[in-house]
Amino acid sequence: MSMKPMNMKPGTLILHAAARFLIPLQLLFSLFLLLRGHDEPGGGFIAGLVAAAAFSLYLFSFGSVMTRDLMRVDPRDLIGTGLILGLVSTLPALIHGEPFLTAQWWPLMLPGGVELKLSTPLIFDIGVYLTVLGSVMTAVIALVEAEE
Amino acid sequence: MQFAVLSGFLLAALTPWLSGIFQHRIGWLLALFPASLTVMFLGYLPEVMAGSTAVFEYAWIPGMDISLTFFIDGLSLLFALLISGIGTFILIYAGGYLQGHPDLGRFYVIMLSFMVSMLGLVLSDNLITLFVFWELTSITSYMLIGFNHTSADARKAALQGLIVTVGGGLALLAGMVMLAGIGGSYSIQELLQEGDLIREHGLYLPMLLCILAGTFTKSAQFPFHFWLPNAMAAPTPVSAYLHSATMVKAGVYLMARLHPGLGGTEAWILILSLFGAVTMFVGAFMAIRSTNIKKLLAYSTVMALGTLTMLLGIGTEKAMMAFAAFLLAHSLYKGALFMLAGALDHETGTKDVTVLGGLRRKMPVTALVSLIAGLSLAGVPPLFGFVAKELMFEAVIAAPALRWLVILLALTASMMVIAVAAIVALKPFIGPLKATPKAPHEAPLSMLAGPVVLATLSLMFGLLPWFAGSALVQAGASAVGGYPIEVSLSLWHGFNLPLLMSFISLLVGAAIYHYWDSFRSRLQPLDPMIAKGPEAGYFKMMDGLVWFADWQTRILQDGSMRHYLRVILLTFVALTGYTLIARYELQWHWSLDVQLHELIIAFLLVASALVACFTRSRLGAVASMGVVGFSVALMFILFSAPDLGITQILVETLTVILLVLVLFRLPGFVSLSSPGERFRDVLVAGITGILMTLLVMITIDVQFFPSISGYMIENSQPLAYGRNIVNVILVDYRALDTLGEIFVLALAAMGVYAMIKFHPETDPGANKLAGTLILPPKVLPPQRKDVNGNQDLELQDRMDTGDSASSEDETRRGDA
Repeated sequence: MSMKPMNMKPGTLILHAAARFLIPLQLLFSLFLLLRGHDEPGGGFIAGLVAAAAFSLYLFSFGSVMTRDLMRVDPRDLIGTGLILGLVSTLPALIHGEPFLTAQWWPLMLPGGVELKLSTPLIFDIGVYLTVLGSVMTAVIALVEAEE
Repeated sequence: MQFAVLSGFLLAALTPWLSGIFQHRIGWLLALFPASLTVMFLGYLPEVMAGSTAVFEYAWIPGMDISLTFFIDGLSLLFALLISGIGTFILIYAGGYLQGHPDLGRFYVIMLSFMVSMLGLVLSDNLITLFVFWELTSITSYMLIGFNHTSADARKAALQGLIVTVGGGLALLAGMVMLAGIGGSYSIQELLQEGDLIREHGLYLPMLLCILAGTFTKSAQFPFHFWLPNAMAAPTPVSAYLHSATMVKAGVYLMARLHPGLGGTEAWILILSLFGAVTMFVGAFMAIRSTNIKKLLAYSTVMALGTLTMLLGIGTEKAMMAFAAFLLAHSLYKGALFMLAGALDHETGTKDVTVLGGLRRKMPVTALVSLIAGLSLAGVPPLFGFVAKELMFEAVIAAPALRWLVILLALTASMMVIAVAAIVALKPFIGPLKATPKAPHEAPLSMLAGPVVLATLSLMFGLLPWFAGSALVQAGASAVGGYPIEVSLSLWHGFNLPLLMSFISLLVGAAIYHYWDSFRSRLQPLDPMIAKGPEAGYFKMMDGLVWFADWQTRILQDGSMRHYLRVILLTFVALTGYTLIARYELQWHWSLDVQLHELIIAFLLVASALVACFTRSRLGAVASMGVVGFSVALMFILFSAPDLGITQILVETLTVILLVLVLFRLPGFVSLSSPGERFRDVLVAGITGILMTLLVMITIDVQFFPSISGYMIENSQPLAYGRNIVNVILVDYRALDTLGEIFVLALAAMGVYAMIKFHPETDPGANKLAGTLILPPKVLPPQRKDVNGNQDLELQDRMDTGDSASSEDETRRGDA
């Protein structure tokens, strides 16, 4: 953690290499945490933080321009998308005339005997994931850009 | 029913898109919505006239006794008809009045939302739902009054209306909660059955005062009447709608609605009669002093609202009839007159009645319709206004309390209103033609359709009272009274006292009209006194509010982070500590059973906290705080809370990252705290730590309710299909909390982003004008005479055939 953002780009070979190889793993891990969350430790919040940490690591080694490039979406849009997903997940219950936010489940049997549990909590969790990721990255990137 | 009404919100959402397709014909199209609602409501008329009611049940939040049940009886049907009927013509009218306005789409969005909110308000059977619609009307009318948002006057008037009505709304909510507490239900129909219980309850008076605070502010009763004339800064279609049949009548509606349950007590009779009568007089008096046609009408609306309140206060059978008749009559003629005033202003370019005259040849239809509506306002036979006024006089003569005061005020007010009617509806059209900023010509069809229909109804209800007038009035009066009232209206009641009063007021009113100019100049010496009226009180209050905000911000938020922390911690300690000491007896009966590895972590925690306190390097402090955080995470994991542990580790990591990013922007420690300051900080930290420890001990010791975790553990798998209870709680059991939290998180991120990215354009505190929206301007800016500086929007009629509107416009400007 003892890097100085101002002059970290030259001479941080290990960080460069580590970030490049770690980020896909970290992002995969975050998705893994997100999807297993309902049954094992994990969930949208934690997964969002892991993903944010991954991008932060990349941010430190490659700077804000390249990180924005890598993310492709503005982190602020991620916040909005997350919030909308969170709200969308409340709609199916309303359509069924059930109390607000009542969970709806649509289990799907995939070939090979694997059950895919689609549900509104899953949509909701993805919303949480995107909001957390977007919020953290909005703040961190803004800070780094202020630095640059 | 609910769907039919609330689909208006959907229509409002689609309006920007629709107005792109239909362009200037959008007004006619949208008017179909209220028109079809009017037809639907008319369908209930026979049923309601027969004395029955219609209920449309819809449970909304049954757990909290909140329903979206709609209820139709005489009163709500009368209001619903007025809202949707007049609304139909207003939408058409606005299409003509605001033709070519760039924000026409936005206007219709707000207007439709307002209309639906208003309908919801009068149809709701549930107090909470009613309140929600009530506040919706406040918010939408705020946007409507401030529609011309580039004008500072419009913004100020909008904010004033909002603050007054929403302030009253707060009191109203308190009153409603008390009412529901007393009556044991939020359903109005159920509450009205409990009238005796409510009236004899110990909390009756405070509850009544709270509710009246809400209705008086909304319905512009003295001393809250000042916001209504200021709200004339709105475009005329808005004024015509809000101030004839809707917004300002909401308060009157609620009082009438609750009358069978709350009315009839001494307090009710006294307060409503007195304030109503005074408002009636003040409104008429202020009207006669004005020369702006919209202000004249606005003050006469205040007068009408006072009359209605007074009649509710009087509360006799005659008063109920007078109430319903006056309500109907006023909505009809005032809607028409406002629309006609807008047409006059639109076609001549001025609102100043002193410069209008002789327009009868240029605008014959407007003149004729104005005359009819004006006669109804004056209460001259054979218009419906006459019927209503006779009933009002009859009720006043038999007033149970303050009889002579009420009679005197009613008589003088009606004299002045007759003069007002003549000034508004007669003066612009008679005498020699005067030069106006624009060359006048007849208004377009869209702007005349409404007034013509409304004035015709005024005439028809008066001439043929058995046609529909009697039925509507009977249904309305019975609903307000709470018992069946037989009504048969007629123009001729024989020679009696009310007729004499009408006659006298007609004579005196005509005299006032004749000597209006000298009458007004005689009243001039009163101006300084009026300037010190209730509105000055409003500004004083707003001044005080700003002063208080300024003061408490200086005390609590002086810009030093450490000070913020101290304030937060000490507040927490004071409030929680007090409760702790006052409520609980501390007992120390728990045995310590500590393992070695737990001890090690505890030691690590304490040691790193101490290092953070004593280190002289910022980075060192951050790192040791990181150690504290990771040790806590370890603790979580040891006590089998992996989710918490993971979260803690991640949050800790990101915190350190954020801190490191910020730290490098800060200069090194220049001056360290003095020993005194350090001692103070140690004290605050120590007290907070001790309190937290005590709290932890208490939570282990005290258990009020059986723990809910058992239920959650048992049902997590069968009900929520998840084995990870923490996650199931987050996304299922308590998903609403999480939803709120992610919104907070997003807001916080936006806050950080704004703080870093946007630099203030001026120095802190330099924006001295920030308060001018709510305060009177310190210095009046010199009047600019350009076309765009026009105060009331009033879009110049662009496609007009070659009249040099803008150049003439510069010569005179009638402003408020």
